[in-house]
Amino acid sequence: MTTFWSFWVIAIVTINLVGCAWLIWWTAKPIDNEPASGESMGHAFDGIEEYNNPMPRWWLGLFWGTLVFSVIYLIMYPGYGNWKGLLGWTQVGQWEAEVKATEERIAPIFAKYAAMPVEAVAQDAEAREIGKRLFLNNCAVCHGSNAHGARGFPNLTDSDWLYGGTPEAIKETITNGRVAAMPAWGAVLGEDGVNEVAHYVKSLSVAQIKADKPELVAAGEAKFQQNCVMCHGADAKGNFAFGAPNLADEIWLYGGDIPTIKETLNGGRQGVMPAQKNLLSPEKIHLLTAYVYGLSHSK
Amino acid sequence: MSHAAPVAESEYDYTVVRRFAIMAVVWGVVGMAVGVWIAAQLAFPALNFDLPWTHFGRLRPLHTNAVIFAFGGCALFATSYYVVQRTCHTRLALPWLASFTFWGWQLVIVLAAITLPLGMTSSKEYAELEWPIDLLIAAVWVSYAIVFFATIAKRKTEHIYVANWFYGAFIIAVALLHIVNSAAIPVTLTKSYSAYAGAVDAMVQWWYGHNAVGFFLTAGFLGMMYYFVPVQAGRPVYSYRLSIVHFWALISVYMWAGVHHLHYTALPDWTQSVGMVFSLVLLAPSWGGMINGIMTLSGVWHKLRTDPILRFMIVALSFYGMSTFEGPMMAIKTVNALSHYTDWTVGHVHSGALGWVAMISFGALYVLLPRVLGLQQMYSIKLINAHFWLATIGTILYIAAMWVAGIQQGLMWRAVNPDGTLTYSFVEALAANWPYYVMRMTGGLIYLTGMLLMAFNTWKTIQLAGQKSTATQAQYA
Repeated sequence: MTTFWSFWVIAIVTINLVGCAWLIWWTAKPIDNEPASGESMGHAFDGIEEYNNPMPRWWLGLFWGTLVFSVIYLIMYPGYGNWKGLLGWTQVGQWEAEVKATEERIAPIFAKYAAMPVEAVAQDAEAREIGKRLFLNNCAVCHGSNAHGARGFPNLTDSDWLYGGTPEAIKETITNGRVAAMPAWGAVLGEDGVNEVAHYVKSLSVAQIKADKPELVAAGEAKFQQNCVMCHGADAKGNFAFGAPNLADEIWLYGGDIPTIKETLNGGRQGVMPAQKNLLSPEKIHLLTAYVYGLSHSK
Repeated sequence: MSHAAPVAESEYDYTVVRRFAIMAVVWGVVGMAVGVWIAAQLAFPALNFDLPWTHFGRLRPLHTNAVIFAFGGCALFATSYYVVQRTCHTRLALPWLASFTFWGWQLVIVLAAITLPLGMTSSKEYAELEWPIDLLIAAVWVSYAIVFFATIAKRKTEHIYVANWFYGAFIIAVALLHIVNSAAIPVTLTKSYSAYAGAVDAMVQWWYGHNAVGFFLTAGFLGMMYYFVPVQAGRPVYSYRLSIVHFWALISVYMWAGVHHLHYTALPDWTQSVGMVFSLVLLAPSWGGMINGIMTLSGVWHKLRTDPILRFMIVALSFYGMSTFEGPMMAIKTVNALSHYTDWTVGHVHSGALGWVAMISFGALYVLLPRVLGLQQMYSIKLINAHFWLATIGTILYIAAMWVAGIQQGLMWRAVNPDGTLTYSFVEALAANWPYYVMRMTGGLIYLTGMLLMAFNTWKTIQLAGQKSTATQAQYA
């Protein structure tokens, strides 16, 4: 704040506080020739008269009390323009102090688990409780409080992984996030091509499709081998390096019915797992990794 | 003491008063019904019917606009046009302009009822309406000021009665607030962007937002109180001195208080401190109005046993005193750290809205309606009594539910485990609030039932007035 604005703030705050004090001091005094206390002021409006009763003493006391409190508060805390206050309090300072105190208090708990391998942490009941609470407050918004996921957000309790289910892979996913890109194939394959590939992909998990529509599936397979194997692999079982899903199982990220598969092919998909490294400490990520690992390795 | 005006009844112009009073009842039913609906949605989300137009996010501003500006606004227009004539002992100035304020205001309300469900919003709380409607509001409001102050100017009394100071301050301040906060750059007919940015925009918004409470919902309704309480009690105002002092203190201090809506945000520390201390200083000026209203009943307390209208007014003043104590307490930063963003705030607003604003309006309208319809009293005093009890029980149920819900929310959000993690996820705190959401909905439903009784009572009173005028005509035929 510049000096001008500082003086401006000081001036208007003071004028209003002093103005209130002057108002109750001045009006509490009797005025010459006023009607006696408890008498009418002598004017009537639509029959309504007004008594000249004094202001209640307790009420004046309350008013004075709040004014005195205000002055003391503004001496102790920032408020009078650039005056910082005797206590040296700031909002940021209070926040930093609270965070620091908490970090110091909890550091030993997390340090203990950080020294243990993920597999061992996953077996520790107390660690799982902490991990669960971290999960509920940071991950459950997308993956659900039971970690079963939702459309576009993977289920973390099964053994089907997009980027791998080893402790290292999970930790990498949480720390740095993941960006998946399934390109849009609508323009390349055309309407018929998309339909063929969709039927082929569906036939990988539902054999009946191949028996029902052999030509469609065969045509789709040819196009799949040309365009899709780079990421999803010749056997269509996916690739952890790209986060390309296994298409041969019955687990679907966006849905496994023919219209949804066609939608995926036509428009592509962009899945984003946000990086947590700026939000959570490495120790917390370690615990969270163990919790997620434990969801599918509990037995 | 006689209530006879020093001027013949026929000297007063009640046309616009009558229209506004009846529309206040109509919009009261509509606004409160939408309130009950969205309260029900919070407990039973399926009631949003999965349609964008009936979603909570769109109906909530419809509810707030309908109860504050449609119901509250019409009650203020009606009573101020009535009070200013009678206490200035003169006829309303510029009746054609007053008529414009009626039709203009109804058009604003109808446009709000259409555009808000369609999702057209400036996204500023209590100022959601888009710029063309804002311009219409400004035109209506300036016309309102002209009619009001022109009537004051041609008064036959030497002094200006205290009720008119409060109405006058309300009219001037709302014009200032509305015009400054609604400043925006239009992009299309239905979309604009605020003229302010970032923390400044937030500060302007809450300077507006809290003064909408201070001037629209407090000063305006204090004006109503200062006329209808002494009239119904048949007693002089308790203290002239107190009315002067609390008026000037109230209108100067309120302007600072909006900052308490932005405690612990990006707003600079000094702004927050100043906002907090002035919110505390506001306690005494607010209570001045409560004391003056309640003490006006000295000597006639027995009337409360028989007069449900006076009971409405006294309970309104009690809720006013309670809300204006709770408000400064919640503005203390330490308390605010717990209460902010919780349902406690919602409860606080409703103890003011249901308990004070609506109840003083009910009391005033029950006095005003028969008089502007040429009758002695409403169709049924028993129905007024039933309305009183429904309104009181509904309000208490509502605010008690929100106190518990809000404090529980605040405590659950803040609870931390020894390992530094949050004890409860957001959803757990939400689930814990479910019974209180049902209780709040029940309170609202009871309150709405009372409002429906009032609508029925008003309808029958209008019928009575119609019969009476037909009978009078027949007599002279």
